[in-house]
Amino acid sequence: MVLVEVKNLIKQYSGFTAVNNLSFDIQEGEIVGLLGPNGAGKTTTINMVLGVLEPTSGQINIFGKDLKHHKTEILEQANFAAVYAHLPANLRVEQNLKVFGHLYGVKNLKTRIKELLKEFDLEKFKNHKTGSLSSGELSRVNLAKAIINNPKLILLDEPTASLDPSVSKHIRDIIKTYVAKNKAAVLWTSHNMREIEEVCNRVMFLSHGKIILQGNPKTLAKEYGKKDLDELFITVAREPLTLNNEI
Amino acid sequence: MFLIKSNPIRLLSVFLWLIIEIFQWGLITKYLGTLGGAVFSFTTVVLGAIILWLFMGRIQTNIMVSFLEDIWTSNFINFFASPLTVKEYLLGLVLTSVAMSTAGLVIMVLIAGLLFGYNFFIIGLYILPFLLILFIFGVAMGIFITAIVFKLGPTAEWLGWPIPAVMSIFVGVFYPISMLPQYLQTVSWILPPTYVFDSVRMILSGNFNVGINLLYGLILSIIFLIITYFFFLKVYKKNLKTGALSRFSSESI
Repeated sequence: MVLVEVKNLIKQYSGFTAVNNLSFDIQEGEIVGLLGPNGAGKTTTINMVLGVLEPTSGQINIFGKDLKHHKTEILEQANFAAVYAHLPANLRVEQNLKVFGHLYGVKNLKTRIKELLKEFDLEKFKNHKTGSLSSGELSRVNLAKAIINNPKLILLDEPTASLDPSVSKHIRDIIKTYVAKNKAAVLWTSHNMREIEEVCNRVMFLSHGKIILQGNPKTLAKEYGKKDLDELFITVAREPLTLNNEI
Repeated sequence: MFLIKSNPIRLLSVFLWLIIEIFQWGLITKYLGTLGGAVFSFTTVVLGAIILWLFMGRIQTNIMVSFLEDIWTSNFINFFASPLTVKEYLLGLVLTSVAMSTAGLVIMVLIAGLLFGYNFFIIGLYILPFLLILFIFGVAMGIFITAIVFKLGPTAEWLGWPIPAVMSIFVGVFYPISMLPQYLQTVSWILPPTYVFDSVRMILSGNFNVGINLLYGLILSIIFLIITYFFFLKVYKKNLKTGALSRFSSESI
């Protein structure tokens, strides 16, 4: 079942095209990696799917509904975490989860918060001010917020950017289990190719706002004659045009 | 509520300036009353107007500060990527501001009454339409300045702070607007608070025929509210197109 369907998405800023005729879909139970160098259009794409940036043209359908006209309904079943979107630093961890739980209309909020604090190993921090947490702890709170409403779609913009390998692994396991259990879908951006290889069912490489290649992260590098995803990423970043010759 | 609960010191920022201002003006009016055999009470004429004015200014400032909090904490995108609509968000700003400003009003009235013997309700039930007009206009100004910050970015917040002070020149908080040059009086009559402070003076001088004055004030304040509300929505829609909404969280602080 298709949860996200993006058709001919274009975003232009006064002459500059950030996203250029992008089309893709995400199926139920899929974790899709959105990869590419800085400025490739990943965050712009995520922001459009989140409804905080209006496309110049194109269409985004989520859960079979047009995002433009059903934004609130769609966002009730979606959520996100991004390295640049912080939760209010002056609120305690539990208070932050309460605020966002209310915003997303979560039922049995107290129980849900308890589950999340346990799952993300945040119980001892629940009364700490969010701003006093380390970046790793903060990322875990952001991720707890990102699944507080049991979303069917999660958008993660570099969610493990500041985490140590052990916590990163823990987070990846939580997300993978969550997706399998809830038949959800994830659009995940990261610069950590090993992470992407481990967690994603499919990856899409963006360059200059276009998808230039996509496929299974475990086999894609070999298909393009590269040693691994890191090498493929570097080629996408530096010489995207050469990839066409290597197909 | 959570912000104050986890940071009780914030209560000081909400009330401290109001308490200082009422103290200052209470003492000044008391002193003026002792000069040159004054034939009327400065406290009654000036302190009541100051309380009303601070109430309105606080409503505007509190809306702006609540909005800025979300920008300062880079939390903006979390709200707008949730099911919260822009109208609900705006309503949240207004309700937060009303709660804090009303608490501030109660404290000002208590201080003025207990320390300077000023009865805020000296003009009876007329105080209600006065508060209503100032409330509506304060909300309109709060939304207006929030929209300006939303449009120009967080660095434009400085524009919001002096607005009450600048406006106080025109609306006759401290003096009748007949003191202003004729051309400035034209500006005054566009601003709803002018009708409130004019009416306060009329009532204190024994003229209770303020119905038309209040009606003008009310209509104008509603017009301002409608215009600023649509202005905010327009800025929001523009920001959706330009990407400013997401940039407020990531780049422009």
